[in-house]
Amino acid sequence: MRPTAPLILLAAAVVAAGTLTACGSGPAGDRNTVKVAFIKDTNSKVTVRDDYVRLVARQFEKSHPGKKVRLIPIQASENDYYTKIQQMMRSPRTAPDLVYEDTFLVNSDITAGLLRPLDAQLRGWKEWRQFEPAAKAAARGQDGHTYGVPDGTDTRGLWFNKKIFKRAGLPADWRPRTWDEVLDAARTVKRRVPGVIPLNVFTGKGAGEAAVMQGFEMLLYGTGENQLYDPDSRKWVTGTRGFRDSLAFLDTVYRERLGPEVSDALSPNIQTSVATELLPEEKLAIDLDGSWLGQQWQKTGGGNPWPAWSATLGQTPFPTQHGAPPGKVSLAGGWTWSVPRQARQPQLAWQLIETFQSRQNALEWCVRGAQIAVRKDVAADPRYRKSVPGIGFFTGLVTISRYRPALPDYPKVAAAIGEAMEAVTAGDSAPDKAARDYDVSLRSLVGGRTVAKP
Amino acid sequence: MTAGAAGSAGATRSAGPAGTTATPRTPRRTPARTRPLRWAPLVPATVLLLLFLGGPLVYCVGIAFTDAQLTGQESASFVGLANFRHAFGDPAFRNAVVLTLVFTVVSSVLGQNTLGLALAGLLRRASRPVRTLTGALVITAWVLPEIVAGFLLYTFFERRGTLNALLAWLHLPAQNWLFGLPILAVSFANVWRGTAFSMLIYSAALAGIPTEISESAEVDGAGGLRRLWHITLPMIRRSVGTNLMLNTLQTLSVFGLIWVMTRGGPGGRSQTLPVFMYDQAFTKSLIGYGTAVALLLLVVGALFSAVYLRLLREEV
Repeated sequence: MRPTAPLILLAAAVVAAGTLTACGSGPAGDRNTVKVAFIKDTNSKVTVRDDYVRLVARQFEKSHPGKKVRLIPIQASENDYYTKIQQMMRSPRTAPDLVYEDTFLVNSDITAGLLRPLDAQLRGWKEWRQFEPAAKAAARGQDGHTYGVPDGTDTRGLWFNKKIFKRAGLPADWRPRTWDEVLDAARTVKRRVPGVIPLNVFTGKGAGEAAVMQGFEMLLYGTGENQLYDPDSRKWVTGTRGFRDSLAFLDTVYRERLGPEVSDALSPNIQTSVATELLPEEKLAIDLDGSWLGQQWQKTGGGNPWPAWSATLGQTPFPTQHGAPPGKVSLAGGWTWSVPRQARQPQLAWQLIETFQSRQNALEWCVRGAQIAVRKDVAADPRYRKSVPGIGFFTGLVTISRYRPALPDYPKVAAAIGEAMEAVTAGDSAPDKAARDYDVSLRSLVGGRTVAKP
Repeated sequence: MTAGAAGSAGATRSAGPAGTTATPRTPRRTPARTRPLRWAPLVPATVLLLLFLGGPLVYCVGIAFTDAQLTGQESASFVGLANFRHAFGDPAFRNAVVLTLVFTVVSSVLGQNTLGLALAGLLRRASRPVRTLTGALVITAWVLPEIVAGFLLYTFFERRGTLNALLAWLHLPAQNWLFGLPILAVSFANVWRGTAFSMLIYSAALAGIPTEISESAEVDGAGGLRRLWHITLPMIRRSVGTNLMLNTLQTLSVFGLIWVMTRGGPGGRSQTLPVFMYDQAFTKSLIGYGTAVALLLLVVGALFSAVYLRLLREEV
């Protein structure tokens, strides 16, 4: 053996070992740092949540000397955000210590074993008594444990532009009783105020869960009981008239050109475009949307200040299909703070949740984020009641609001609904055909746990 | 990581020849002892390759036979060929295969390849400033990151985008390709982005044709087209094969461009296999199924490669 050969071997081995171990260990978890992952608005000008999280983080660092909070804002559309955090939570090297979870997803992530139960901490936490029962159940797994603390909820209804309504000869205290009355108002706007989009209903895959919840389920939940999931048989429902009728409503909106241009409606940017362009520029008459819209138009951190919105826009509940009681429909969602199972600093993470949900900070978030309060003390606070115009209206919808099936299969089912909506909106399938395709795809997605209903 | 691999590769190159020349000078050593030692310097590089290229591939093959999910299920179990059976029975998958073939043939084989050859040929005759300017522009499109190119082309093709502004200015009817014919829009986008690569390969290949040959053909009275068909193409045949292979493989895996421009929509009308795979694996959380589709994409790539390799091997 030449004398240099062992040297070269040794050098190569050292280099390899160095790089390999560097790849393996990652940044050693700092015992004094707590990492927080949350969603950042795709419109960089909207910094409502970033500002609030930073505020709480600074408070935490002050009250816990020597501890640091590292913020991980993830700027993405909601669907991409879900994917990102799921991937982060799978490995201890990338898992944050605290994560902002959509209640839409939380049950699925609980079943996947990505989150950590918080029962022990909640038992000793006196603020928990202030939470509404429905909010306490928001992040409760099928195993009965609680995996997150919600920081607000949201409800849904119709927003309409009173100025456009006046020009169309429609009343400023508009209160439609049935779907047909909504469509009739939209047709009137189309006829009398050309150049304005009469009615926006989110649809398709581009808008993701926003389309499924604000668009489709607002319709479906107004067609009858248990049109999506049957809690008695614990099976997903196929073949219902409600499903077909809801798709038919979308078909009418887009075929009669009452909605936005189809290519715009199916674009992933439609949500941003409605909130930052179509509504403020008064190009949209009626919008089926969420209670939080007002946060976009605040003077600070809101991206697109529009002080006149509270005088220009009215709100009214979305009706059931034929006006069946209670006569209005709303769905409730919201987000929770949860601790991933792979978190390195679960204790610190819990302490940070406590800081987030101090009465003062909880109130601060509801006011800044135009959230519907889930705590009784916050809901009763005069500052909250006067925070955003319309908050009283949307808070009033909480009592009739329905929740999506909190089941691990739900995200997959929602994706299938998005596809059915897209097929109808793009004109690829008639509503009946799209509903049948959904049934087929549903059966395969939930492993055959379906039941046919009329 | 890169430094480690490059370092060990460098060590391999310098140690290999040195080891062989050293043998006659040290007659005591038998060849049988030398041979395994000659491979020793290759070990780190081989280990790294196996670990970081082979490893993920094996992992990927493994997952493709399970029902692994991103969320909604804690553990994965072996399901045999179920994912593949599901794929072949899935109309959305078949749609994606067809669209992938259309996308590859239109944008890579016809678009990038032909346009690249044409540009390379024209640039040989162009004056220096034209050559420099055109070359720089084409290569800029190629150097742009995929996401940036995607957003640029989205704003170009979009309903209120640049293209429609230009068409309106010329009093031509507007288009809405992103909605009406999205597969064509993303194909054009890929041609725009990838032509530079073909142009560079063909420029090098054309420069390698001795001028005497084309001049003598010209003297014999061969026109431009006949010279192209009988002289140029046969002489750069190997470059054509290499270029087609690289282009095709790159086009088959285009994801960012399509995702940014259309997200595979509307209604799956521009959903090529990589987009379909992402949709299944990450939107529907079916990692196992998505991985199986990835393997099938690998098969499609292998088929194309086999065809091109035959083209390369045949002698004139």
